[in-house]
Amino acid sequence: MATKKFMFVNRKAPYGTAYALESLEVVLISAAFEQDVSLAFIDDGVYQITKGQDTTGIGQKNFSNTYKALGDYEVNKLYVEKESLEERGLTQDDLMDLVWEDEDDDWAEKPSIIMVSRSEMADVMAEQEVTLSF
Amino acid sequence: MALEIDGQSIELDEEGYLVDLSAWTPEIAKALASGEDVELTDEHWDIINFLREYYEEYQIAPAVRVLTKAVGKRLGKDKGNSKYLYSLFPYGPGKQACKYAGLPKPTGCV
Repeated sequence: MATKKFMFVNRKAPYGTAYALESLEVVLISAAFEQDVSLAFIDDGVYQITKGQDTTGIGQKNFSNTYKALGDYEVNKLYVEKESLEERGLTQDDLMDLVWEDEDDDWAEKPSIIMVSRSEMADVMAEQEVTLSF
Repeated sequence: MALEIDGQSIELDEEGYLVDLSAWTPEIAKALASGEDVELTDEHWDIINFLREYYEEYQIAPAVRVLTKAVGKRLGKDKGNSKYLYSLFPYGPGKQACKYAGLPKPTGCV
């Protein structure tokens, strides 16, 4: 199968709508078919990968740990828009420590999160062959 | 569908996966396997236990490719290949092993 550059753009908060979970499931499926998958977190989408999520009060499954499995699926380009974090009073320290293991480098853990400005994000998006927005 | 075990009825979906994942016990795994003429060996249990730990940590059943790589890392290269995994789980390591482990069918598995 030909490999295409897929980008999944996540703009919504993790709970309250099904967008975040649906996106994550399609990401895992695309990666299982060995596509070149990257993710973008913009606007409230940055909340999807924040630390310390607790869903006990809303009776929904906390799927935030599933983002930690993305490295196993070789999904290791998670672009986070700096401005979106700043507008919400967040920094990279508020995000989960998402890493991938480089099999060719003795399984060394490497960071998956790539901080980009709004204009850099536009450049990354322009390089994609398929862009799906959630 | 349902599985009768020790006088209890365990609910299964139409493909034979547990409906209530928290109801899983090793006896259920054995019963599901014997229903498909598989006797679980220590080698099967290595994979089943690995899958249960993976699900506990990440809340998903891993795709076969991910499972294969992770098994290779944890149990050795000689086991981290599809030939070995298919020898244990001929119906597909993802589908069959996840079923015995009481996990949902792996995401992306058709």
